[in-house]
Amino acid sequence: MATTVHEPPKIDLDRLPSQGSGNGGWRNLVPADGGLRRVKDSSPPPASTGIWVGLAAITMSFAAFTSALIVRQGAAADWKHFTLPPVLYLNTLVIIASSITLELARRRIATFMGGVKDKDHDQANPAQWLYITLFLGLLFVAGQTFAWMQLRSQGFGLATNVSYSFFYVLTVAHALHVSGGLGGLVRVIWKLNRSVLRRSTLDATSRYWHFMGVLWLYLLLLLWMKL
Amino acid sequence: MHDMSAPAVHGAPTSFIRKHVFSLDHKVIGKQYYALALLAALVGMFLSWLMRIHLGFGSFAIPGLHLLSKNGAPGDVMTPEYYLQLMTMHGTIMVFFVLTTAPFAAFGNFFLPIQTGAEDMPFPHFNMMSFWVTFVAFVVLVASFFAGDGPTLGGWTQYAPLSAIGSAGGPGEGLGVVLWATSIGLFCIGQLLGALNFITTTLDMRCKGMSLMRLPLTAWAWFLTSIMGLAAFAVLMPATILLILDHVAGTSFFVASNLVINDQVLPHSGGSTLLWQHLFWFFGHPEVYIAIVPGMGIVSHILITNMRKPMLSHRVLIHSMGSLVVLSYMVYGHHMFVSGMNPVSSLAFSFPTLVITIPSTIIVLIWLGSLYGSKLRINSASLFALAFISMFISGGVSGFFLAQPSIDIMLHATYFVVGHFHLVMGVAAMFGIFAGTYFWFPKMAGRMMNETLGKVHFWMSFVGAYCIFMPFHYLGIAGNVRRYQAFTDDYLIPLIPVHKFITVAALFTGVAQLIFLYNLIHSRFKGEIPPNDNPWEGTSLEWSTATPPPHNNFGDKMPVVYHDPYQYSVEGASTDYIMQTSPENVHSPDEEK
Repeated sequence: MATTVHEPPKIDLDRLPSQGSGNGGWRNLVPADGGLRRVKDSSPPPASTGIWVGLAAITMSFAAFTSALIVRQGAAADWKHFTLPPVLYLNTLVIIASSITLELARRRIATFMGGVKDKDHDQANPAQWLYITLFLGLLFVAGQTFAWMQLRSQGFGLATNVSYSFFYVLTVAHALHVSGGLGGLVRVIWKLNRSVLRRSTLDATSRYWHFMGVLWLYLLLLLWMKL
Repeated sequence: MHDMSAPAVHGAPTSFIRKHVFSLDHKVIGKQYYALALLAALVGMFLSWLMRIHLGFGSFAIPGLHLLSKNGAPGDVMTPEYYLQLMTMHGTIMVFFVLTTAPFAAFGNFFLPIQTGAEDMPFPHFNMMSFWVTFVAFVVLVASFFAGDGPTLGGWTQYAPLSAIGSAGGPGEGLGVVLWATSIGLFCIGQLLGALNFITTTLDMRCKGMSLMRLPLTAWAWFLTSIMGLAAFAVLMPATILLILDHVAGTSFFVASNLVINDQVLPHSGGSTLLWQHLFWFFGHPEVYIAIVPGMGIVSHILITNMRKPMLSHRVLIHSMGSLVVLSYMVYGHHMFVSGMNPVSSLAFSFPTLVITIPSTIIVLIWLGSLYGSKLRINSASLFALAFISMFISGGVSGFFLAQPSIDIMLHATYFVVGHFHLVMGVAAMFGIFAGTYFWFPKMAGRMMNETLGKVHFWMSFVGAYCIFMPFHYLGIAGNVRRYQAFTDDYLIPLIPVHKFITVAALFTGVAQLIFLYNLIHSRFKGEIPPNDNPWEGTSLEWSTATPPPHNNFGDKMPVVYHDPYQYSVEGASTDYIMQTSPENVHSPDEEK
């Protein structure tokens, strides 16, 4: 059976000495008196710092929603508890699985990009696990949509009761951020297929996706406890 | 060593649209933000004239006012509701689109990458999006003037339940609030994208030799401001989403039960009106520091350049600004002393509010101590920088009084508060913007601004601002309630002459700003060409590059930094300043080894 061996993607390790801006790769500082300053040899790639900044902002947003929920629950006696739709637990498994498949993808691709032959695994399609992750992500969003539609069909809309309002607000906000993550995955696949994927882009996108999983676990716990 | 043929972060643009409209270049984006802030400032100032004329001269008919509003100004005399609508828009436009945009987004976008020695911000597409999202936010806000029954009238703070009950609350409380909340939500997104770029630029894009402590104070100020903005705007955005849902989706996040308005029971239940205040002020207090900290950086930078000596302590200034960032999140409840919260919370918030005065005072004392004995070069930029300090002290001192809950019970929602925040934030930050403009105009536009007009602008603004806002403190202590459109109570009528005086001062100060506007536009095209790339003999990286800087900021050679940012009057040096890029091997005694 013929297999197609793809060219390894162009290795674009960040911060090679010949790279552009940033002080990566620079070695000697030149004051004539030899007084070396305490400066770093290299900086982390911007995507790495950037994703942490973005995740910090998202954390603050959901912290705001959480505190709104807690304050609002205590403000009046009109909070109606309800049982979470069971499909949410299935969706939880789906998003956890997607993190696992993404990690598999990331490690395979990183090995592939390093030009190392990975004897145990199929090198023919390093993006394969990415596609699976993408599918699981879409499945998660579909599952959340199913949960919303299920509640709606039972007559529980956004304004039915404040507990439902928070349910919808939190899960929709999360799903919107997951959709952004799906866009990031698509971008990574696109770049990988054109051999222009940077390691830092892959790592940053993965970090974001894993964070979405952790965030979902937190939200599920919060909703289960409070709703 | 450094590869000079390495590709730039993004290639130089060729088309008109890419060069001037949807530009990825931080310098163009900075200028776009400046233009937006300038437009917003003119609109906000115009609104303040309308307000002041109404306050000082009651039923004065302002010609043409009926054109601005369908029902707000019959016979060109504004209705009470219209006054509140104008007041709300004045506050919203000024705080968001002027005071957050100009010192931080405009100057920061232009100069942070240059001062750190980078070719551009690391996420230029996000940067471009951040400007255009902010621009759309401004358009949405201004659109509320022409939509439905006008803009919202709930104040820039949009307290619930008034902001959440819909049109029952008055003109502009339906669609007007939704547009306000949408605008502010978009603004938050724009600023978050900007903060992302600022933080990653400062941490990851510094050139060779540029340690964090070698960054100029402006770069530190922008970096610290963007950290503040990250947490603050990320909390305001959910709040605006919940507010919009209360309007359009029938939810009850902020509207309490059994509210009867116009004989109708509102169909909401159980909402927490205090929740809005918590969410808003958690953003709102860091926001005022977002408005002022870049100004502190700009003023420090300008004064150092004109004093020809560094501040008494570079490190302490940075640490003090950093303390402001941290403490700013702990004090927000001082806006809520009389909101009905547990009085013990007043103690809990009053204490850090007093503590936050410590780093602020340290900063002021370092400025004053550094100025003492210096031979400050006097020009428009340094005059406005000095005036920033004056306004910050004057406005800050009244904050000590407001920080005491017992005094705040009397002064809350009076003109004392209005005087406080206009001086300490509004005027001070504006003067910081002016100082930055006069200082950096040669680098941004390749021309000098007219010094004579600059000094006229300065003196008129300085005297005018004090004439406007000092009497506010007297008015507040006399009991003059804020957000009133007319003064008809017995205890307020004697204060009307003061209001007339203030109105005249406000219009006079407004004329001064038109002089600045003329200077800005005229100098852009006909201003004197600066003698060289470094007309102020500054040391930081922006003065080491061409005027205006090329697409990738430094041309073929990325800079290498050998010195701390403010090496002025160093003994043994060949000139009274050593640029950061100069390999001259003379270090001042306290430059760290």
